Amino acid sequence: MNTPMIEPRSALQVFRDNLLAAPRRLRDAMFRSGKPTTDRTRSTFVFGNVFLHLHSVRTHRWNLRWTTTMGLGIATTAAFLITLVTGVLLMFYYKPYPDAAYDSIKDIHFVVPTGRFIRNIHRWAANVMVVAVILHMARTFYTAAYRRPREFNWLIGMGLFVITLGLSFTGYLLPWDQLAYWAITIGANIAQSPREVTDALNMTEWFDPGGFQRLLLLGSDIVGDEALIRFYLLHVMILPLALVALMAVHFWRIRKDGGMVRPADADGRLESRKEETYPVFTEAPKKTYQLAAIVKGKTSVVNRGPENTVPSMPHLFYAELAVLMLTTLICIGLSLLSDAPLKELANPAVPENPAKAPWYFLGLQEMVAFSAFMGGIGIPSIVIIGLGLIPFLDREEQGTGEWFGGAGGWPLVKQAMVVGFGASILIEALVIRFGWLREWFPAVPQLVITAINPGTVLTLVYALYSVWLVRRYNSTRAGALGLFTVFLCGFVVLTIIGTYFRGPNWEFFWSPADWPGH
Amino acid sequence: MTVKAGKPQSRLDPEPMPRRDFLGLSALWTMAGALLFSALGMLKLPKAAVLSSPSKKFSVTLPETLAAGEAFVPPGRAVAMFRDGEGVHAVSTICTHLGCVVKPTTEGFECPCHGSRFAVDGEVTRGPAPKALAWLKVSNKGGTWVVDEETTVPAGTKETA
Repeated sequence: MNTPMIEPRSALQVFRDNLLAAPRRLRDAMFRSGKPTTDRTRSTFVFGNVFLHLHSVRTHRWNLRWTTTMGLGIATTAAFLITLVTGVLLMFYYKPYPDAAYDSIKDIHFVVPTGRFIRNIHRWAANVMVVAVILHMARTFYTAAYRRPREFNWLIGMGLFVITLGLSFTGYLLPWDQLAYWAITIGANIAQSPREVTDALNMTEWFDPGGFQRLLLLGSDIVGDEALIRFYLLHVMILPLALVALMAVHFWRIRKDGGMVRPADADGRLESRKEETYPVFTEAPKKTYQLAAIVKGKTSVVNRGPENTVPSMPHLFYAELAVLMLTTLICIGLSLLSDAPLKELANPAVPENPAKAPWYFLGLQEMVAFSAFMGGIGIPSIVIIGLGLIPFLDREEQGTGEWFGGAGGWPLVKQAMVVGFGASILIEALVIRFGWLREWFPAVPQLVITAINPGTVLTLVYALYSVWLVRRYNSTRAGALGLFTVFLCGFVVLTIIGTYFRGPNWEFFWSPADWPGH
Repeated sequence: MTVKAGKPQSRLDPEPMPRRDFLGLSALWTMAGALLFSALGMLKLPKAAVLSSPSKKFSVTLPETLAAGEAFVPPGRAVAMFRDGEGVHAVSTICTHLGCVVKPTTEGFECPCHGSRFAVDGEVTRGPAPKALAWLKVSNKGGTWVVDEETTVPAGTKETA
C-alpha cells in the first residue's frame, strides 16, 4: 500500500474552509446545472428553474423574428409586473375610506418620498398594459393564431382583456376625487341599466337584475364608503388573483397547444444558418420520441430534428428581457413627462362637467350617450360573444401564422378599414348634425330608442358587411378579418370623438378651446 | 353480499353494488352537496341587507323670496323645489340615464354627463335619458317642508300650505 500521507486537518481548519466555501456551495445548491455554456446546461437552466420552465428549452428561429409577435404579450406581462410592484408600494400609504383616501393620495403626491413618481409609474403602466393587451389581441387575430388547436387560449386571452379593463376601472375610483366619483357613479348606473328595458316592460318590481348588479357593486344605494372598500378589494385582491391565475393558464396553454403559431413552410422561408442551428441529433430519433405517442397531435420535434431551433437561453430570454426593459423605460419616461391627475375632493352634489372615464372607456361612453343599456351592456356583450365565437366559426387552415392570412388579406383589411372608419364617422356626423329619434319624434317610446340607436345601427352595418364578405370571398376567414377590423376602427373613432371632441354636457366641440367657461 | 362469479346477470337482476362503493359514493356526493350549499350561502354575504346611506327624509325651509318657476336646491341634496300658486313640489335632480345630478335652468333641467334635457315638469325633451325625472313626496310640517326621496308621486302633484 502506497497511499500518500494526508496531514490530518483540525476541525477548526475544516470549519474555516467550509466557511470560505459557503458562498460557492450556496450558489451550487441554488443553480445545480452550473453556467449555461453548453447545450446540456442551457437546457437544465430552463427546466431546472421554476420561473423559466414555462418556456421550452429550444426556440424556433421563426418565433424570434420581430414580426412574429412584436413582443406584445411579454410587454403586457411586463406592464402588469410594474403595476404589481408599484401598486404594493402605494398600498403602504393608501387608506380606503372616503375623504381619507383623497388625503392619502395627496400625501403620496406631495409628501411621501418618490410617492408622486411611483404613482405616475403605476398609472402609466396601467395605460401601457391596456394598449399592449389590445395590440397583442390584434396581433393574435391578424396572424390567425386563434385557430385550432388554440381556440381555448383565445378565450382565456379575452378573459384577461376583460380583467385588465376591470383593474383599470376599479383603480379609477380609489383617489376619491371628482373624476373618480362621477366615473364610478356612471359605471354603477351602467350596471343598473338593464332597468332601461325592465322599466319599459313594467317588470322592474319583480325582476330587477340591474338593481341587483348595482347593489352588489356598491354595497349600498349610493357611491360611498361601502363602494370604495368594494372597489379596493376588487382592485388589490380579487382581480389581480384572477388575472394571475388566468395568466398561468394562458402561458401554459401556449406550449400545450403546440407552441407559438408559425406558417407551415416557416422552415423553408428562413435563411439557413447552419453554424447556429446544427442538428442536435445526428440521426433520426427513434426511441426517444416514443413518449410522444401519449401526447395528442403534433409536437414540435416529432420526425424532425430540432434544426432551425436555438437554445432559449440566451436567445429567447434576452429578447424577453429587452422587451421588459423597453416597457419599463416607456413607463418611466411617460411618468417623468406627465403626472397622474388628481382633481378636487369628490362632491356628490356637483358632477364634473364633462365627466370623462379613462380614455379606453370613452368609446363606450360615447355609446351610452345613445342608450345606457345598449351602449354599456348590450353592444359590449355582442362584441365579446362575437370575438369568442371567431375561432369556432373560422375553421379554415390556410394562412395560419401569416400576417393577414397571406396574399389578398391586406387589401381586404384595407377595404374593411375604409368601411369601418367610414360608417362610424358618417353615423356620428349624422347624430351630431341632425340628432336622433328623440329629437325628430319626441313621443317615440324608449324601447324603440334602446333597439334603434346609432350604436346598434353601426353594429348592424358592421355585421352585415362581414356577412357580405363571407359570401363575396366564399371564406369564413374573410368575414372574420372584416369583422375584427371594422370593430377595431369603430372603437378607435368613438374613442377619439369621446376623448377630443366632447365637451360640457357631452356636446360636440372642434376643440377644448371652444368650451364655454363655467 | 357476494355474487357468484361466472353467473350471467340480466338487466332485471343486475349485479348489486358492493357496499363499500355505495358508502364511498354516498360520502362523496354528500360532501359535494354540502360544499355547494355552503358556497351558495357565502354568496349571500356581499349582498348588503342594511344600506349605510343617510336618511332619505329631510326638512327644508323655503326662502320667502322664492319666485314661481324658480328652483330651490337644498344644500347637499339632489332635489329641486318649486313653489307657485298651486303649491309646492319637489323634483329629483338625479338623471334617469346614468345618475348624474342635473342642473335646473329656466327651461327645465340639463344633464352635464351625456346631454339629456328635461322640461320643467321633468319630461325628457332630448338626449339618452329613458324616462322623466321623478317627482318626490312633499309634506307640510308646520311651516317647513319634509321631502321624502324614497317616495315618488305622479307628476303634477303639488302640496299646498
